[in-house]
Amino acid sequence: MAETSLLGNTVIYLTAAVIAVPLAKRLGLGSVLGYLIAGAIIGPWVLGLIHNVEDILHFAEFGVVLLLFLIGLELNPRRLWSMRRPILGLGGLQVVASSALLMIPGLLLGLELRVALVIAMGLSLSSTAIALQTLQERNLLPTRAGRSAFSVLLFQDIAVIPMLALIPLLGSGVQAESGGLMGLLKVAGAIAGVVVLGHYLTRPIFRFIAKTGLQEIFTAFTLLLVTGIALLMAQVQLSMALGSFLAGVLLAESEYRHVLEAEIKPFKGLLLGLFFISVGMSINFGLLLAQPLLILGLVLLLIGIKLLVLWIIAGRTDPPLEKDQRALFAFLLCQGGEFAFVLFGVARTEGLLSTALVDPLILGVSLSMAITPLLLLLLERFIQPQHIHLGEPRPADQVEEFNPVIIAGFGRFGRIVGRLLYSSHIPTTVLDHDPDHIEAVRKFGYKVYYGDATRLDILRAAGAEQARLLIIALDDPEASVHLVQLAREHFPQLKILARARDLSHAYQLEKQGADLFQREMLESALRLGEQGLRYLGLGAYHAHEAVNRFRDYDRSLYDLLREEGALELGISIQHQGRDELEQVLNADRAEFPHQRDPGWE
Amino acid sequence: MQTLNPTGQPLSVLILFAHPYPHRSRVNRALLEGVHDLPGVTINDLYERYPNFHIDIQREQELLSRADLLVMQYPIYWYNNPALLQQWKEKVLTLGFAYGSGGHVLRGKRLLCAISTGQAAQSYRPEGANRYAIEQTLRPMEQMARHCGMDYLKPFVLHGAPRLSEGEIQAGAGAYRLHLQRLLEEMAHG
Repeated sequence: MAETSLLGNTVIYLTAAVIAVPLAKRLGLGSVLGYLIAGAIIGPWVLGLIHNVEDILHFAEFGVVLLLFLIGLELNPRRLWSMRRPILGLGGLQVVASSALLMIPGLLLGLELRVALVIAMGLSLSSTAIALQTLQERNLLPTRAGRSAFSVLLFQDIAVIPMLALIPLLGSGVQAESGGLMGLLKVAGAIAGVVVLGHYLTRPIFRFIAKTGLQEIFTAFTLLLVTGIALLMAQVQLSMALGSFLAGVLLAESEYRHVLEAEIKPFKGLLLGLFFISVGMSINFGLLLAQPLLILGLVLLLIGIKLLVLWIIAGRTDPPLEKDQRALFAFLLCQGGEFAFVLFGVARTEGLLSTALVDPLILGVSLSMAITPLLLLLLERFIQPQHIHLGEPRPADQVEEFNPVIIAGFGRFGRIVGRLLYSSHIPTTVLDHDPDHIEAVRKFGYKVYYGDATRLDILRAAGAEQARLLIIALDDPEASVHLVQLAREHFPQLKILARARDLSHAYQLEKQGADLFQREMLESALRLGEQGLRYLGLGAYHAHEAVNRFRDYDRSLYDLLREEGALELGISIQHQGRDELEQVLNADRAEFPHQRDPGWE
Repeated sequence: MQTLNPTGQPLSVLILFAHPYPHRSRVNRALLEGVHDLPGVTINDLYERYPNFHIDIQREQELLSRADLLVMQYPIYWYNNPALLQQWKEKVLTLGFAYGSGGHVLRGKRLLCAISTGQAAQSYRPEGANRYAIEQTLRPMEQMARHCGMDYLKPFVLHGAPRLSEGEIQAGAGAYRLHLQRLLEEMAHG
């Protein structure tokens, strides 16, 4: 009956998720809370539909692995290196200070030093899954608080390794036979393996698989890659999440980055959901009811101490985080995390912690995780709005006249548009989340907003209510479609001009109400083709005219495909490509009209 | 040998060639090939150089300053010159350069229109299909030259271009070459 129960469990999970998550989102609670609630309801303490919580938690941890792989993909080695200071500084400070403070109550309660230390170390770690999922869901990763939080989480992932190594040493007599040198060699070997695999082997393999044209094998290999690396890391007792993060970073510059992202994303979403569900399930309501004061005290102490430490260190970044960012940073990381489960589990088997101690601790951590989304909600609703008004450190911005043009995205495309406007002396506001882009253009008198242009508050701050043009030059097609929608809805006076990746993206932009779109490659490719025609002997004007005719034809093809509904038909922005190409080539095959020009002798 | 102007400098001829499809043209290409190797001739192929009508004004004005004889060679289309040549006139012959205060760069230079037409010579008569003599059709050019202080020459015209035989085209090209040579002689001797 194992199979039926597996399928049965799957049905239960999916039902719970399908009901709870949209409801939670609808209520403005965010998906994480939705999953947690779903888990609590189907778990052993409410409906009791599921029992083997721990197994599922183990399996679902893989969602965190995939999450970190995806985040690694966004960070190439250079950007990671540029973050080394916040990782070591902020992260180190957070772990050391939180551990030290969290030890105090333990000692006061009369615990042994080493016991108090293990507990404090475990509690000092935050939940990568909750914090990062929240950041991604709300597009906060590019904010300063988001980046700082990410740095701290990354440090914690690394810090788990020495912590796990320390536990057997603290343990009562059971000697650590992991063998110092041997263990170190294994770790070095595993990391070297990941580097070689990620950097040298994957690309030829991907190329080979891509040539076979088997989509599912591509997916399979992607999953195999991440799973394999996670397993390899687990073998040498490194954090699986850290290993897959490293692999992601190594693949961040590969040409397959976007495909990898698209393949992994759905798995990540579901597994992470399962992870949150199982955290919800592991909330031991029995214990909570039996010792409510102890548990609540524990949770309050945990969250209180961490909030304090986080608030203080957020003021020590360079430059210090602004008030609202500080609060966000502290609230994001104030909970206990999934690593606490692992650490306490190991400590129990090593005889350091008793079950009587571990159970309330795990319950406390789970509760703190469940509370985090609520705290963030509180922050957003009641605390942050004030901070946004009060904390604005540059009142001059308000008096200053707003620029008539906003450019969202200052990469390859946006920069050219910006320079063109600049050359016509048109003051421009730039929104971008790459600090390199921003530093450079500030000097030239552009008004620059660091941050995600798809956020309403940032758009407002950039003066979208007064501006005349919004030029969307974002790299990410989905983000740009979203931005068109947002801007159309809130700033009806704006003319929206958008960079489109291809025909179907252009269609999405137009459908959402963009006034004008320009396919990013079209004009430059036509220019190159024009030169090609010249080299083949066509006169310059003749070639120019051929390009003009082709552009018209291409536009009419777009209209045709749109009318036929071909552009809408299931061509998602991420997964188009072949379908679209086929349609276009088919249309091209219909003979291109030859124009005759009589009379020119 | 090179023709010299009265001050001993070699005479310089600038041919503004305006034809959007030179590769389809037998007549204008032959005319141009007939004169391209004459001493002092510079050919400025407008449609080749400015396919998107974005004219380099400074370059054009410099070329004009150096020329003694300016030839506008083009096929007549709808009683007029091709659009790019019109654009050229609007952009290059500016106030202060070609006319108005300080605008005497073109003064004393000569302007020759070398044109082909699509219909026979007889049609450019009061009773013909085109009603006006070709000289009348070219009045705007003539007036432009006058306004810039230029010496407007009698145009060189090749009628009925689409129906010319290969031999006739060659003859036309020879006549064009000879015409330019004579003009240069004349200019050299004052």
